[in-house]
Amino acid sequence: MTQVPQNLKYTEDHEWVRTEADGSVIIGVTDHAQHQLGELVYVELPDAGRKVARGDAMAVVESTKAASDVYAPLAGVVVEANPALASQPELVNNDPYGEGWLLRLRPDSATDLAALKDSTAYTQLLAAGD
Amino acid sequence: MPFIPHTDDDLAAMLQTIGVADIDTLFDEIPAALRVSGLPGVPPGMSEAAVTRLMHGRAARNTDSLCFLGAGAYEHHIPAAVWELATRGEFYSAYTPYQAEASQGTLQLIYEYQSMLAGLVDLDVSNASLYDGATAFAEACLMAVRASRNRDSRRVLVARYLHPLWRKAAETLLTGQAVELVELPSADGRTDAGALATLDAQDFAAVCLPWPNFLGGLEPVDELTDWAHSHNLLVIAVCNPVALGLLKPPGKWGAQGADIACGEGQPLGIPLASGGPYFGFMACRQALVRQMPGRIVGQTLDIEGRRGFTLTLQAREQHIRRSKATSNICTNQGLMVTAATIHMSLLGSEGLRRVAAQCHANTRSLVGALTSLDGVALYFAPYFHEAVLQLPRPVAPMLAELAAAGILGGYDLSADFPELGQGLLVCATELRTAEDIEAYRLALAGALGMAVAA
Amino acid sequence: MKREELIFEQSRPGRRASTHAPATLAAIDDLPAAVLRETPPPLPEVSELQVVRHFTRLSQLNFSIDTHFYPLGSCTMKYNPRVSNTLAMLPGFLARHPLEPDNHAQGVLESLYELQEMLKAATGMSGVSLTPMAGAQGEFAGIAMIRAWHLSRGDTQRTQVIVPDAAHGTNPATATMCGCEAIEIPTGPDGDVDLDALRQVVGPKTAAIMLTNPSTLGVFERRISEIAEIVHAAGGLLYYDGANLNAILGRTLPAGMGFDVVHINLHKTFSTPHGGGGPGAGIVAVNARLEPFLPIPIVGKREGGHVWLTEADRPQTIGRLSGFMGNTGILLRAYVYMRLLGAEGMRRVSGYATLNANYLCVRLAAAGFTIAYPRRRASHEFIISLKDIARDTGATAMDFAKALLDRGFHAPTTYFPLLVPECLLIEPTETETRQELDAFVQALSEIRDLAIRDVGELKRAPQTTPVRRLDDVRAARQLDLTWQGKPRTVN
Repeated sequence: MTQVPQNLKYTEDHEWVRTEADGSVIIGVTDHAQHQLGELVYVELPDAGRKVARGDAMAVVESTKAASDVYAPLAGVVVEANPALASQPELVNNDPYGEGWLLRLRPDSATDLAALKDSTAYTQLLAAGD
Repeated sequence: MPFIPHTDDDLAAMLQTIGVADIDTLFDEIPAALRVSGLPGVPPGMSEAAVTRLMHGRAARNTDSLCFLGAGAYEHHIPAAVWELATRGEFYSAYTPYQAEASQGTLQLIYEYQSMLAGLVDLDVSNASLYDGATAFAEACLMAVRASRNRDSRRVLVARYLHPLWRKAAETLLTGQAVELVELPSADGRTDAGALATLDAQDFAAVCLPWPNFLGGLEPVDELTDWAHSHNLLVIAVCNPVALGLLKPPGKWGAQGADIACGEGQPLGIPLASGGPYFGFMACRQALVRQMPGRIVGQTLDIEGRRGFTLTLQAREQHIRRSKATSNICTNQGLMVTAATIHMSLLGSEGLRRVAAQCHANTRSLVGALTSLDGVALYFAPYFHEAVLQLPRPVAPMLAELAAAGILGGYDLSADFPELGQGLLVCATELRTAEDIEAYRLALAGALGMAVAA
Repeated sequence: MKREELIFEQSRPGRRASTHAPATLAAIDDLPAAVLRETPPPLPEVSELQVVRHFTRLSQLNFSIDTHFYPLGSCTMKYNPRVSNTLAMLPGFLARHPLEPDNHAQGVLESLYELQEMLKAATGMSGVSLTPMAGAQGEFAGIAMIRAWHLSRGDTQRTQVIVPDAAHGTNPATATMCGCEAIEIPTGPDGDVDLDALRQVVGPKTAAIMLTNPSTLGVFERRISEIAEIVHAAGGLLYYDGANLNAILGRTLPAGMGFDVVHINLHKTFSTPHGGGGPGAGIVAVNARLEPFLPIPIVGKREGGHVWLTEADRPQTIGRLSGFMGNTGILLRAYVYMRLLGAEGMRRVSGYATLNANYLCVRLAAAGFTIAYPRRRASHEFIISLKDIARDTGATAMDFAKALLDRGFHAPTTYFPLLVPECLLIEPTETETRQELDAFVQALSEIRDLAIRDVGELKRAPQTTPVRRLDDVRAARQLDLTWQGKPRTVN
């Protein structure tokens, strides 16, 4: 069964967003997304300092059979990318909501967050897709 | 019926199984207005014997010459075993090794090729080849722009004395993506390292250095590589693979080595054949491998833990990444790479070194013989296996006269590089003998209207 | 099972195949030390017999057309006549330097000129350039010509290239390489392009539509004339991807369907070798409005002989695509094949290719397989979907592909086109016998029975190939792309 933690926000592109105490957000791909992709072999992440607009392709997750863009759920500036993924892309498969996080972003505006889906809406989205 | 195995009984039984009266009915979904009844512009078929006679006649209508022409395609000895083996049906009539378990021959061969090629240029990884040298050069420029640390630059610096036809092909291929080639300052047949300060280096993604350059000259690659790296430019080496039997490999240029190497693989066992098929090679540092276009083979294990080979990093390619692929390329020059791998295996490192050294020595002999004629002078040294001579008369009519005498005398540089005056690019590979060179000297003397002692 | 060591592992210091290089090392004393390599390149040191044996053994690890039925959809793996190779490799063709004077190469030029003429006839077009070195380069040339035509009319906004979602991946990748944007449109349930979707996307930004016909779904696009009208009315042009020309050769012409430019994969329809993945040849043919933009060089005919036409003769050309003139040796192989077939032989190609595909399709349907487009006539290829079997047994298209290898058949194309789940795209070609097709039906049926009976056993396939299933994830995560058995350089 696909996991959808309640404390996170979600996008239609199967990304999750978690707000940190300092106002930055952590972004990753959902359990559903990692299942769809299969075993990841590479994750391409942006450099710290890069400015992204909402909807920009900012990262790529790659399995042997597919490569998918990860789109910025919010406008902002990349603060850091998960350094562990360079050598261990499988973390995204094994722990998508934890060790497999992709990057930390400082959003331009906190109000953009409100537009994201909550876990109930995301669960409905997954159910509709089945 | 050529190549169609069906008997009348087969045909009747198959039509009955399908439930149609004849073959034409199978095309009933093509709107009637669009159908044609034949191809009137195509001649009738011929027997194999008749086509054989036709093609022998055509081959004989061509004119063989003594070849002192290089300029990007070189006449070298090709061991008989190379094409005997490469055209075995199991290589010749196989396709892209997508079904790895059914393609271990091709896959292992490509892995061996990648290993040889990477070793030759002394970089970490090689792809399975691209179309030819010119397109490999263009793809290297695109790759460098994608990988550049000078992020916004879409301009690439190129040595002036890179193959002029490659420049033209690259311009065709780069225009669509708005990548621009900008010439480096040059003097005396090579890049003028002293004039680099005039360039705003941050404006460029990479610098392309031919090795040797189109004129046979040896660029100041160590100095240029260090300059490029100190300004965050990538270094693309465009090299002749036979020359690398002798010359410093790109991986050893300057303090850090070049980042990408590419070039024309033809000198490694591929016949001249009117310009193709040849193959382009490309290698790079490990860190850039995901930006490299084209197929790549990797070693892995099967479910029983045995070594096997498979296409890898396919997610960069067009069949998965579609409009975001590194390139639209969907092939490698598999058969040519098969030949080149066999060729390199037969030569070995010592053989390749000796071929390279002999090419250089023969070109020195040629330069010596031709510059013994009054008014013929060497433009510069050192050179590898091509050299620029200054002639006392316009080059084109002289070459025509030599050709009529059965000698391909070289490449006329005066249109592409007018600063070289009446410049002629000559080449003598390991196949040219002392007698060949003497024949050229006598013919050139004749063309120049001189009387010389034989 | 057959294995073969790497050539490097057979190497011993000092061993040589000595007849292929000069007997001594010539003097290089005039070259400064700074330009020389310090250590020799790490090539293997082996005897000639070792080389012959090694590469012969490697070849024996391959499936190929010469050894196996190879029904790889969209690739047209038909018999490659040996005579095409024999004649293209006559010394009089191999010895030609690409920059020699035209009058030294008249035998080559005359053959290529006639090839151009035959390709015009086969497409109905008015101009041909032979220079693109593969289908993807033909696509590039086609879209670049279309862009150049729009620009020549001052129409600078046309940067969108429409491609159906069933298209081959090279189509959208080509659009990107030409500085255009690929716009995907859906396919209708019958396999034809969704015309309403097409009407919605065409407009003042439309540069072109790229179509394969028959499409990659193995059916003929019946409303092609309507598509042509819609796209032309919007100011765009039509690009024909000739990947599936084998299906219609001598039956209908791309020009008649309304296309402005065509590329043809000579390694498919005209039976030049696939060579383990190349070289190909992707010639382009165009109608009159695109003719000035054809890539160079092109063979021209003048009084006194044939000549290469270059920049000076073709000022509006999109330019060169290769260092010299493309894959000439492949062009000569196609020329030989076309002369052997002649006009009537070409029409037979499409007839019997379509016969074989429809026969195989009907027989597989009768054996209980699900045909993706059962109400449509198959072209030269067709798709079966294993979705139901996968749902019921867990056996995938990949499992079927691997099990076919154990039964002596190369697998069909799997997982392409992406639209059809668990698909096999099957193209038998015209050169296979009915007996071979029947044996293939038998093999697929046996595999299906095995899937139902013992899917675990099926998933162990292949068991007779030189290696078993390979770990693709390991290959990509722990990249090993070159042999590292000994240090490459010693400093």
